[in-house]
Amino acid sequence: MRLELVKRKEHSQAMALLSPLIAVTLTALSAAIIFSITGHNPLVGLYKFFIEPLTQQWSLEATIDKATPLILIGCGLAVCYLSNNWNIGAEGQFVVGALFGSVLPVLFPSFENAATLPLMLLFGAIGGALWALIPALLKTRFNTNEILTSLMLVYVAGLLLDYLVRGPWRDPGGYNFPESRIFSDAATLPEVFGGMMSLAAPITIAIAVILAVVLAKTLKGFEIRVMGESPRAGSFAGFSAKGLTLFSFALAGALAGLAGTMEVSGALNQLLPSISPGYGFTAIIVAFLGRLNPIGIIIAGFVLALSYIGGEGVQSAMGVSNEIASVIQGLLLFFVLACDTLILYRIRMVTKRSTSAEASHV
Amino acid sequence: MGDNVAETGSPDHDGNASTHRSDRETLLNASGLTKRFGDILANDNVDLVLNKGEIHALLGENGAGKSTLVKMFYGSLDPDAGEISWNGRKVSINNPAAARELGIGMVFQHFSLFEALTVVENIALALPNPGKMQDLAKRVETVSRDYGLPLSPGDIVADLPVGIRQRIEIVRCLLQEPQLIIMDEPTSVLTPQEADQLFVTLQRLANEGCAVLYISHRLEEVKRICHHATILRHGKVVRECDPTKETAASLASMMVGADVASVSSGEGEAQVGQTRLTLQKLNAAAATPFATALNGVSLDLKAGEVVAIAGVAGNGQGELFDAISGEMRVSPDMVLLDGTPCGNKSITWRRKQNAAFVPEERLGHGAVPGMKLSQNIVLTRHSTGDRLVGGGFVSNAEAGNLEQRIKKAFDVRMSHDDPEARSLSGGNLQKFVVGRELDREPGILVVNQPTWGVDAGAAALIRQALIDLARSGSAVLVISQDLDEIFEIADRIAVISRGFLSAAEPAAQMTRERVGLLMAGGAETQGEVA
Repeated sequence: MRLELVKRKEHSQAMALLSPLIAVTLTALSAAIIFSITGHNPLVGLYKFFIEPLTQQWSLEATIDKATPLILIGCGLAVCYLSNNWNIGAEGQFVVGALFGSVLPVLFPSFENAATLPLMLLFGAIGGALWALIPALLKTRFNTNEILTSLMLVYVAGLLLDYLVRGPWRDPGGYNFPESRIFSDAATLPEVFGGMMSLAAPITIAIAVILAVVLAKTLKGFEIRVMGESPRAGSFAGFSAKGLTLFSFALAGALAGLAGTMEVSGALNQLLPSISPGYGFTAIIVAFLGRLNPIGIIIAGFVLALSYIGGEGVQSAMGVSNEIASVIQGLLLFFVLACDTLILYRIRMVTKRSTSAEASHV
Repeated sequence: MGDNVAETGSPDHDGNASTHRSDRETLLNASGLTKRFGDILANDNVDLVLNKGEIHALLGENGAGKSTLVKMFYGSLDPDAGEISWNGRKVSINNPAAARELGIGMVFQHFSLFEALTVVENIALALPNPGKMQDLAKRVETVSRDYGLPLSPGDIVADLPVGIRQRIEIVRCLLQEPQLIIMDEPTSVLTPQEADQLFVTLQRLANEGCAVLYISHRLEEVKRICHHATILRHGKVVRECDPTKETAASLASMMVGADVASVSSGEGEAQVGQTRLTLQKLNAAAATPFATALNGVSLDLKAGEVVAIAGVAGNGQGELFDAISGEMRVSPDMVLLDGTPCGNKSITWRRKQNAAFVPEERLGHGAVPGMKLSQNIVLTRHSTGDRLVGGGFVSNAEAGNLEQRIKKAFDVRMSHDDPEARSLSGGNLQKFVVGRELDREPGILVVNQPTWGVDAGAAALIRQALIDLARSGSAVLVISQDLDEIFEIADRIAVISRGFLSAAEPAAQMTRERVGLLMAGGAETQGEVA
């Protein structure tokens, strides 16, 4: 007996919804196995990892804080991936966005008025977009592989941040610690809903909803989907592949940059040598787990944020290494991509002996 | 094992055919062959008897199960049920090597040759014991000359035209001294003269006792060279007959299962009006090593006429289409729509000038496979004033209405409403893709291979629609490899060869022989002189 994949005539709508759920289930199963191999009670491990963070006010707030950048970056990446542009460098765009957004509070701390925060957010978006346009231009101009260039620029951005906070942007009154000055109140993102979350969260949800409408209902969204599925048909429709590459990278970069600025302005309130626990990479998983659909990404963002909080939870409660979070995130991406196969294929059991067919050409 | 096994078709047609076949010995007898792919029964209890020295046609629409059947004979597929006997002995053919061992050879529609290697090297690769290269080269030379398919063993394949490449495949088969040769659409890439040459070879093989199983959509040639025909429909054998006693129309209706409407070109001469599309010394370098450069292509297309461009595949048709549609930009003066230079203008701009385009490849070029038909309408009509897009938003309701209209007008059959493009059969999708443009009533229509791989019924409908569009005053340019189609619908005919286009001449003055000569390079010299 063996299993065969049989191509479906059309995409399965049911599987498109079920596949992320199956993937999450399989990930939980694998996590349980890992817990028991390392000598821990798997049920307690799963509870601490996936459930406990949702039961307490502080961990729920922390989950929302972590989910916000993941969702915002994931939305931008979804546009890239839908249009077949493989932007892997959101982490770098996040960092450069944060740097651009910090120019005002770090270099002009006395510029404090109602325009400070909006200008910071705008600068952050511009910075992220510019950083993202580098691999996009390299791709459209020289046909470079954007996976490599966008990824490499992540490390350049990280080093740039490191240099600035240790050198020119170091806090003059900070006892030589590698960090920038603390942002003023005018440069700090306010909290909303009685301190439950920073303003970043509602902004992110609003952007995700707008993007969902754009993708589903507008000609631009149509263009993005057509180009991703069939570039030749897209050019027949009169759409420009190069134009869309630039557009999608700029958009993803802008959203990542905005997330970066909101992170330093809200959660951190200053620049540090490291400002992201890998949001830009985790957001790749968020984008795929959310079916490259902004609404799905909102849900997926929460699931992945949970894995950060849950990782810390099992570390403190059970002594399991915090790295379990990365392992589980990796497993999740693996299962999501594997389960996506089922959208266009179905599994069939073959019981009869059958010699496999040689390719029809000799 | 007698011939009576084969005569499962209706007796009124094949009575004579069986006497025609009766003196031959049975070579291959397949009975009850069944092959299922998922939900689809590709072959359903198929019986087929092949006699020695017989050229046996296997006919059927696309998807009728012809390829599946021959793949089981050639060992690429395993039957789910049924058995094959070879020279009276039951055999199981597990792979192509086993098939070749038995003496079954196959010539594929798409060649499997290494372009960078020589003729003899390519042949050596396919033989179990090629022996010394020099000896093999001599054998290749003798065998190929003997069968009227001369080859120079030392030539590099990349330098050879398609017709010669096919010879290599055939000679490769012949060297293994097969008793059965399976040929899948062998003439689709040949000029008429090259095809004639092939027919002579096939006759000779048949006289020597070799059987040929011949798959073709070209019913005229089946009538001409085949002794017997088996017709498949939906995976079943529906009929057997002697094709020499049939007409192309009767063969077509057996394949389709209904009468195929003949195409009528309307009353009298075409009422030719103003020039709508002009090509002036259109030059374009080849974009890739496998593309063809366009060399000074000139053409006038007038309102009310159908101009057809004939040519063997890969002679620049795709490049020419892209230059006219605007997917490939050229200098402004090379392409004019209604006298306006537009060689550098976008395809959307040209569509707004009331031009419409249907590319050769339906899936992935003319339509997005994973999108619904209504979405695929937006693909080409988002900017043509069909109210599909307002304020940047796409109207799914309007797209749905259009989809319904096109579905009705062009008889596009689907299992449920508004399916994804990939789920339609080739013929139905072609009707949709052509219908999507015709529905606009375009002033200029450019179609590349309008009925390629489309069943007879759908082909007739599409051809009639093209003629009707021209008679209603539009200019229609058809690029096609199918000479039957071209002579059926064209008012003027030009021929493309290696990126050169011959002058378009009235169809009435053209003969197949002349078209064939132009295809074989005449267009080139004419183009160079002009």
